[in-house]
Amino acid sequence: MRRFSWFNATSLTVGFAFLYLPMLILIIYSFNESRLVTVWAGFSTQWYGSLLQNQSFLDAAWVTIQVAIASSTIATVLGTMAAYVLVRGGRFMGRTVFSGMVYAPLVMPEVITGLSLLLLFIGIGLDRGIFTVVLAHTTFSMCFVSVVVSSRLVSFDQSLEEAALDLGCSPFDAFRLVTLPIIAPAVISGWLLAFTLSLDDLVIASFTAGPSATTLPIRIFSAVRMGVSPEINALSTIMIAIVTVGVVTASIVSKRSSLAQQRDEQAAARAT
Amino acid sequence: MRRFILIAVPYLWLVALFLVPFLIVLKISLSDIALSIPPYTPQLDWTAGWAGFKDFLGQLDFENFTFLTQDPLYWRAYVSSLQIALISTVLTLLVGYPIAYAMAQAPDEWRPTLLLLVILPFWTSFLIRVYSWIGILSNEGFLNQFLLWTGVISTPLTILNTNTAVYVDIVYTYLPFMILPIYSALEKMDGSLLEAAEDLGCSRLSAFWLVTIPLSKAGIVAGCFLVFIPALGEFVIPSLLGGSDTLMIGKVLWEEFFSNRDWPVASAVAVILLLILVVPIVLFQRNEQKQREMDQ
Amino acid sequence: MAQTVFAPWDDPQAKPLIQFKNVTKRFGDFTAIENLTQDIYEREFFSLLGPSGCGKTTLMRMLAGFENVTEGQILIAGQDMAHVPPNKRAVNMMFQSYALFPHLSVWENIAFGLKREGKPKDEIAARVEEMLRLTRLVKFAKRKPHQISGGQRQRVALARSLAKAPKLLLLDEPLGALDKKLRQDTQFELMDIQEKTGTTFVIVTHDQEEAMTVSSRVAVMDEGRIIQVATPAQIYEAPNSVYVADFIGDVNIINGVATKAEDGYLITWAEGQAPFMAKTPNLFADGQTCHLAIRPEKVAISAERPADAVNAVEGQIIDIAYLGNISTYHVKLVNGQMIKAQAANTRRLSRRTFTWEDRVWLSWTDTAAVVLER
Repeated sequence: MRRFSWFNATSLTVGFAFLYLPMLILIIYSFNESRLVTVWAGFSTQWYGSLLQNQSFLDAAWVTIQVAIASSTIATVLGTMAAYVLVRGGRFMGRTVFSGMVYAPLVMPEVITGLSLLLLFIGIGLDRGIFTVVLAHTTFSMCFVSVVVSSRLVSFDQSLEEAALDLGCSPFDAFRLVTLPIIAPAVISGWLLAFTLSLDDLVIASFTAGPSATTLPIRIFSAVRMGVSPEINALSTIMIAIVTVGVVTASIVSKRSSLAQQRDEQAAARAT
Repeated sequence: MRRFILIAVPYLWLVALFLVPFLIVLKISLSDIALSIPPYTPQLDWTAGWAGFKDFLGQLDFENFTFLTQDPLYWRAYVSSLQIALISTVLTLLVGYPIAYAMAQAPDEWRPTLLLLVILPFWTSFLIRVYSWIGILSNEGFLNQFLLWTGVISTPLTILNTNTAVYVDIVYTYLPFMILPIYSALEKMDGSLLEAAEDLGCSRLSAFWLVTIPLSKAGIVAGCFLVFIPALGEFVIPSLLGGSDTLMIGKVLWEEFFSNRDWPVASAVAVILLLILVVPIVLFQRNEQKQREMDQ
Repeated sequence: MAQTVFAPWDDPQAKPLIQFKNVTKRFGDFTAIENLTQDIYEREFFSLLGPSGCGKTTLMRMLAGFENVTEGQILIAGQDMAHVPPNKRAVNMMFQSYALFPHLSVWENIAFGLKREGKPKDEIAARVEEMLRLTRLVKFAKRKPHQISGGQRQRVALARSLAKAPKLLLLDEPLGALDKKLRQDTQFELMDIQEKTGTTFVIVTHDQEEAMTVSSRVAVMDEGRIIQVATPAQIYEAPNSVYVADFIGDVNIINGVATKAEDGYLITWAEGQAPFMAKTPNLFADGQTCHLAIRPEKVAISAERPADAVNAVEGQIIDIAYLGNISTYHVKLVNGQMIKAQAANTRRLSRRTFTWEDRVWLSWTDTAAVVLER
């Protein structure tokens, strides 16, 4: 019995308005000819133009993308290994410590993670730069990948792996040929999650990047400390647009494939 | 053998890049500030052998920690952080629950779209979402303009750079983290339980209070932890939207490190923050464990 | 027509394919298998039958290699399987859930095991085609598991497990998910395929009808032990315990005390009542407690006391279960015990001889019952 009452409808409308209004305002003002937020001076795309010519932003964007791709890929590999070990590994020495280390970044304040990693790099004399940021991002994204992949592994039918073993696969082959293709959507989501987290990270990057590697969030932060900037509005709009297209596409694709699957199953059940 | 590698690789990575850094933080919190690179002393001289190590240990002290307890700034910052985090969590719950509830009550065809709408902000840049409020809450910002235009107020409200802005933004940013666990708990709830309650004489309101809320407790608890724990150590929000009198420990740590260049004190601040967080983190893990056992 | 009876277990020269030697399996404190010794011969269709938790699935998983023995040995073709992982055994398993790889087509599922052996492509293709023909799945080769029905999936699982021509095939509750009609058809198909391919089948089931239909021998298990191993006929007609007698089919158990008589034993079962007469190969001491087990279809029911019946007893019909072809009469004896007697409905309903509350006589011969010690 579901009652979609007047109260529920209001909650939803107000709630989603709250969630989306700020971003909408941002998008609208990125087209504002005037620099000031207060005055609407007319429609203009000039800020997009000046943004794209701003070298420091472009450099920062390039650094950020490199870091994001590298760290999310390594984090996905490590996170998937960690998830597999935790779900299937059974008991081994130091399991509690391992489990704690894997899941701690979920709840650890970024200032602490950032500080500790920086102190490590200084302590071993590692020069700060893109490499250190990649190391840092990999470490904290790993845990998110692990959460996503392990929740998929838990519901994974183990008899499929056993069947593969029974038919002659080595344990590694069984993983490669059976488990991995089937959990692939979860692994990909994990990669995307790690990618987004890396793209978006400010605090840890600030600690571990040093003067040579400026990421986009660092650049944005130093710009907005001084207040609203229309170029940032333009940049924000671009980023929101990319994310929206990505998320909507992903959801349409997954809905299509699950509908197709359902249709197939129904057809099979009817035609025995 | 293969199994060993499988366990060893992520294990070693985490030990090297997670555990060891923490030990270093601990060590530095016990050191003193110095005009050197790196700016702390003592430094462990590997070549000096065991004697060097003992000498090193001897120079460590709890000076930084006593300093923290003496200067009221830090004490107030911790308390203020706890207070802000707590209030924000409650506010997020009050805003998030009705939304999650409405989503759970919505017709089936709407649900995937609604979920998508909640998750979309989560994938959008955190920094941008915080930044968007600057343009809204400033004195010349959108909110004030709107209120002036409708005549509700006659002079602009100062919201930006106060604690209020921080509250608003924490709620805004962490809302998806509260909505999703509650929604998932409510969605699993069997609707016939409510029917049974009403059949036995409950009014709609008391059925909600006596049946729905307790059954969604797991979601509420998870959501609260997911907001409270990170909010405690927040830096970006108080930094961009808070005022100079908005004391949050994340901000204090940052300033201690970057502005004052006092690494040992910053480390000590971090250690204490961690100790404060241990309790809620352990409680959170216990709750998750119980949930998993119940689901089985 | 004389048929050579398939009974390698009676042949002292025959070498068993599978040998369990004092096998014990413990999971922590819980003992799943208790000191079990059993031989299984080639070309047998061997059933492990028992209730949930009796250890039959554990036994099968140990054969497949997914569980290790805690104590004892398992030998397949004379080789100790102690350190042999599942992917190196000449054993294949058909899983209860079928475990078909959802991301591969029917063809690829069947070819999966063959590809692991590194055979040349055309050999693999030929073998897969053979399997598809054997299980009548040729039309569905390109489909994925979610595009075929439950019965078809079961055949794919069977084809996949037979593709590598294993010496031993393990089937874990293979017919559980099928409806009754399909189950019966598939049972005969399985027996057919087993004979054709000459593979040894070991099947785990809780369905006694299934076990009785397909098996060369049935092992009835309870709590980690094998209670009796025999052919279906022997299990049914000559159970070695009340447990086995009760597990398979319907049975009446009358408890009593045995006394040696000329040609068998006299079983005193109630005060003041004539003892029952039974012939049995088992030995009993005078005064020993025993259990008389008699199948309902061997209990004749009549209105009058039959003149030449060895065993006859009076009772009252309390209940009648009409099952279409037969009727089961629940008769209460003087001491309160209920006996079930079954009779075919040779006449139509309206001409039924017996009805509720009728006083009747039950009778059976001296060889109809089995006398059991425990």
